Amino acid sequence: MKTYRSLVLVSSDARSLELGAQQVFQKIQQEVNRLGLDEEVSVSMVGDVGRHDAIPMVIVYPEAAIYGPVKVEDVPFLVEEHLYKGRIAAGLQASQRELSGRIAWISARKGTLPAEKRVVLERAGVIDPDNIEDYILHDGYQALGKTLSEMKPEDVLDIIKKSGLQGRGGAGFPTGMKWSFVAKAPGKKKYVVCNADESEPGTFKDRLIIEGDPHSILEAMIIAGYAVGATEGYIYVRGEYALAQTRLRNAIQQAKEFGFLGNNIFDSGFDFDIHIHSGAGAYICGEETALLESIEGKRGEPRIRPPYPTTSGLWGMPTLVNNVETLANVPAIIQHGAEWYRSIGTPSSPGTKVYTILGNVNVTGLIEVPMGITLREVIAIYGKGMKEGSSFKLAQTGGSSGSIIPASLQDTPMDFDSFTKTGVALGSGALLICDEETCVVDLAKVLLQFFRVESCGKCNPCRIGTERSYTILDSISQGTGTLKDLEDLKMLSDKMTTLSNCGLGQTAGTPLRDVMNYFRAEVEAHIRLKVCPAGVCPMSGRH
Amino acid sequence: MTVERLIQSRDEFWAAGFTGDLAELIPLLQYYQETHGYISPEGVEAIAGFLGISEARVYTVASFYAQFRFQKPGKNHVFVCLGTACHVQGGVDLANEIHEHLHIRNGETTPDGQFDFKEVACLGCCAQAAVVEVNGKIYAKMNREKLRKVLKEHQHA
Ligand SMILES: Cc1cc2nc3c(=O)[nH]c(=O)nc-3n(C[C@H](O)[C@H](O)[C@H](O)COP(=O)(O)O)c2cc1C
Ligand code: FES
Repeated sequence: MKTYRSLVLVSSDARSLELGAQQVFQKIQQEVNRLGLDEEVSVSMVGDVGRHDAIPMVIVYPEAAIYGPVKVEDVPFLVEEHLYKGRIAAGLQASQRELSGRIAWISARKGTLPAEKRVVLERAGVIDPDNIEDYILHDGYQALGKTLSEMKPEDVLDIIKKSGLQGRGGAGFPTGMKWSFVAKAPGKKKYVVCNADESEPGTFKDRLIIEGDPHSILEAMIIAGYAVGATEGYIYVRGEYALAQTRLRNAIQQAKEFGFLGNNIFDSGFDFDIHIHSGAGAYICGEETALLESIEGKRGEPRIRPPYPTTSGLWGMPTLVNNVETLANVPAIIQHGAEWYRSIGTPSSPGTKVYTILGNVNVTGLIEVPMGITLREVIAIYGKGMKEGSSFKLAQTGGSSGSIIPASLQDTPMDFDSFTKTGVALGSGALLICDEETCVVDLAKVLLQFFRVESCGKCNPCRIGTERSYTILDSISQGTGTLKDLEDLKMLSDKMTTLSNCGLGQTAGTPLRDVMNYFRAEVEAHIRLKVCPAGVCPMSGRH
Repeated sequence: MTVERLIQSRDEFWAAGFTGDLAELIPLLQYYQETHGYISPEGVEAIAGFLGISEARVYTVASFYAQFRFQKPGKNHVFVCLGTACHVQGGVDLANEIHEHLHIRNGETTPDGQFDFKEVACLGCCAQAAVVEVNGKIYAKMNREKLRKVLKEHQHA
């Protein structure tokens, strides 16, 4: 999927169309093309935006600026001001009123939502990401200064260990421990790799961290390099993230000019350099060993482990791979100390977590909250409740590689420990909230379709397992499933989980298992009664 | 490919900052596609020659990644959305229509160079599913019949 810097949405319900929404839409496209912004800006008609007092309405994300009613004559000014110059087009804004209704909105602005705790996103949306001086004014590179002038590498390892920071890339592995492994591993050269591949559907937290605060990632990588004894870093950025890549390149350039990157940083004798590698459209390259293969210029097929990257990673050298969000925590921990960090979140999972909330809630978007908040709280406080007329049925975590959480588990605190105990995976931070009109068979089918396409095909359990599960789910959705299919699905799910070579196949079985555990009756209805209770599945093979 | 052509492309790669390191394979492919529109057989040859590896090795890597295309793009670009919302509204049907009507599959270009076609995961207008995009314009709530009409319009335009 292509990613744009700005998303322009034009309301196109019947009333808006009567009032010229189509012409406004076309004019915006024309103006965007005229200014050469068509690669960066996506313009779409979106139907009913759930607010009819100022239509045709034009909404621009990520700022969530609402303009309306917009006339064709207003468009050149609007496009030039907001999309070209990057400021709110004065005088065209609709009266302030909360957006409720069908539209998903992303807000990265500080303080738009209650009780948010910001560590990772503290500066995002507050500083100018293209300006290193702005970052420095907001305490940027202080942690690096402290590290290089006052701390030994062991001290850094110690504070990260004590902070209890866990990897935010999905698995929750203790970061301090990983750093120590790399520090201890023998090797002529060592590497630090930042995983910014982020290709889980519905996840865009890492992109917003980079776009909003690129220097924090550089600073964290340099600190990590010092701690583990690495001199070179790579950032593997998803190919579609053009703006993130530009911001990072610019940040690296500025950091070099200021002497934060290069040789003999701060006169400490420590050298560090960072390269950017752009992904080429393969979900599996988010898996750390596939990612390393890809940087080396090969097919992105996961390696067999052990050896782990910590001892034998990039070009066979000890390599530290960390997720963007994990790294973004590091400067704050160095600056404020491990104890401060432990005061946030839960004892077993300190700190915050960034989530993207999507689906049938009133407000969707990006939030950073302390670890341990419950799903019920997220829906009520940040999602502002379920949409009118709908009730919570299930949540799907982590884009595609997470779990399906039924209503009965919505009071489980969301941290790595409690989730593991209940057999749920936190995943990458996407929370897709679904209502009663969601069919679990259909949901599982879409997820398996994703895995089937993205499986690299290297190992049999994953390649065949995802394909077979998809075919079975499809036949159940057509009303031609049998009860034996359920046993087969269970068998396939178990085999994929236990036998697959990498995390893709290992998690592909999770949705199947969850559906069988929590929603078996609904699946059986498809088979025994040949009806889809949610009215979603085609059931065309019924007769 | 003649030696002159190989030297010419080598100089071009040098000018763009490449050094000939094996790790540059994917960046080279990205650069080639950006400057030439697609990865042609000549491109594969040029890259293989530049890095001192076999053409098969270049294809092996390039074919793994969805970003790379091996056929010249057509005059009209057709995208059919198979994202979650469109999937439910019959997106697959539309892809089949392209296949039956234009005789091309995902990633291919018609022999007359009129159309290229790609399946995509979500075009970001799920409320209008099923969605087809032709040359950057979104066509909403599509079915086979409407799609045939749209294709016809572009064929003659
Ligand atoms: C199929 C698959 C896809 C993954 N995708 C990502 C990803 O997009 N971003 C990421 O940071 N980690 C991803 N991971 C996890 C990485 O393998 C790795 O665990 C992580 O980058 C380690 O960083 P952390 O310790 O900071 O979490 C993926 C894993 C698997 C199995
Ligand atoms: S699923 Fe087709 S536009 Fe989103």
